[in-house]
Amino acid sequence: MTVTQHTPQPAPSPLAYMARATVKAFNANKTSWVGLVIFLIVAFAAISAPLLAPHDPVEQNILYKLRPPTAEHPIGTDAFGRDILSRLLYGARISLVIGFVSTLAAMLLGSVIGIVAGWYGGRFDVIVMQAMDMLLAFPSLILGLLIVAMLGPSMTNIILAIALTSVPAFARIARAPTIAVKEREYIEACRALGYSDTRIMGGHILPNIFPEILVMASLWLANAIRTEASLAFIGLGVKPPTPTWGGMIREGFENILDSAWLAVAPGLAILIVVFALNLLGDGLRDAIDPKLKGEA
Amino acid sequence: MTAFLIRRLAFAVVTLFAVLTLVFLLVRIVPGDPAQVILGDQASREAIEAMRVRLGLDKPVWQQYATFLGGALRGDWGVSMVTGRPVIEEVLKVLPWTIELTLVSLLLGTAIGVPLGVWAAVNRNRAVDYASRISSLLGLSFPPFVSAILLLLAFSIALPWFPVISARTGSAGAWFQSITLPAINLGLITAAYITRVTRSAMLDVLAEDYVRTARAKGVPWRAVVWRHALRNALIPVITVIGLYLSILIGNSVLTEIVFSRPGLGKLIVGALNQRDYTMLQGMMVIYTLIVVAVNLMTDLAYGVADPRVKLQ
Repeated sequence: MTVTQHTPQPAPSPLAYMARATVKAFNANKTSWVGLVIFLIVAFAAISAPLLAPHDPVEQNILYKLRPPTAEHPIGTDAFGRDILSRLLYGARISLVIGFVSTLAAMLLGSVIGIVAGWYGGRFDVIVMQAMDMLLAFPSLILGLLIVAMLGPSMTNIILAIALTSVPAFARIARAPTIAVKEREYIEACRALGYSDTRIMGGHILPNIFPEILVMASLWLANAIRTEASLAFIGLGVKPPTPTWGGMIREGFENILDSAWLAVAPGLAILIVVFALNLLGDGLRDAIDPKLKGEA
Repeated sequence: MTAFLIRRLAFAVVTLFAVLTLVFLLVRIVPGDPAQVILGDQASREAIEAMRVRLGLDKPVWQQYATFLGGALRGDWGVSMVTGRPVIEEVLKVLPWTIELTLVSLLLGTAIGVPLGVWAAVNRNRAVDYASRISSLLGLSFPPFVSAILLLLAFSIALPWFPVISARTGSAGAWFQSITLPAINLGLITAAYITRVTRSAMLDVLAEDYVRTARAKGVPWRAVVWRHALRNALIPVITVIGLYLSILIGNSVLTEIVFSRPGLGKLIVGALNQRDYTMLQGMMVIYTLIVVAVNLMTDLAYGVADPRVKLQ
């Protein structure tokens, strides 16, 4: 800090303030850095899959099926002779895209529901939140499974199913801080200035509760990736031959007795990504709200 | 207590109707004509018409809805499109397997999770605490089918201690063989959730004035932790266990598939693969009933754990 007592400095720009606050939150719990670095490596690998992958992920070569690792195929080949490393790299793209889009959609819809319910309160709040609680009580994997089974296993439908099952969680996350914030003086001031409800909610409440929503989003991204893999393992993933981690485990499981690695490699990939995101989100949550420490 | 129970019961009934309605709508948004799907492309117009009448699809939607709701509550969930047997019969046949697995893993998870969470909270920021936090975070990061596959590889294939197909019946030994690996798989993941919430609830309670008072008047630390503090920390733990049960039901589906264990999971996946819509619909009804029942039991557990709840 270069600010001295005598020379009044202009307030830092919102962007610089946010950047500093973010670094501070990360520093509060070093495990968040570990999670972030692992996650960025995976994201980088996914983005540059076409450059990194040694082979075409869907190219079959029956002569080379179920081969152990060699220089040409660093993690071996599957039952169709396809290169597992290339499939893992391309599979990461599917996992991350489905995870990101569904979490973003759930975050947007859920936050709006939570903020509006918290802001207006009363009977409206009770009814909306009870509806959310009902959805939350229902096993999300079962509901997602039913939605995908009925609509068909396409990428859009999988995203829709995962997003719908995560909306209630975001509504709850957004509602609690909205209720806490709406009694503050600066919101009072907004009201006195005659701002519309929409303007107060969007321009003054949302920015204040956004860090909490974002931290929860990292935890729900982990959940979305795991749900996508679970659906694919059951057979409701993006259609083959497109590589998905869950689908690779499903195929590998059929050869579990002689080529266990086929199922284990994508399994470890999912575990690493989900664990990294949980480390990241868990550490940040501690920093943002010490009261939430360690809550599931 | 009565008012509390009546309120919770009313919520349960509303939930039941809402979810049943959702299931009804979901099954009906399926693209295409179910009659056509069952009979295939070669079926004649008359056959499809007859199937539509048999399935009640010729009636107006509100009438189908009334029939569905009435049937769902009476236990008449229609006939499986594949086997031709009543859905409820098929469900009841495998239900005990799933309930047994869920209960055993919940017990296992609680038996590991609660003491571990208390231990971690008491030793806050020491090695034990860090170890329990990292391992519980790892536990809840595991997709249940991945951990199941690893267990299967280790203890059924590398070390042939347990069967690859966990469907043995007959003797106590067979029962033990069939439930051990699936229950360990689900139990460890459950323990991860319970450890975390127990730890955080205990940390809150240990900071309370009455804990200091108990210490000051000379109550042994062990008694303070286990009798004074844990009793008060139980409410959030019960809440999480109640919420977690719905995750556990989803996880049990994946576990049953990996261990080839009979149960609702295997049944629902079979119904999915064979496009057995009446079976799927019936399974959603049973899941809804289970969830509503579990929520009611969670509410009752609050009353037992904390007498103050009854007064609210």
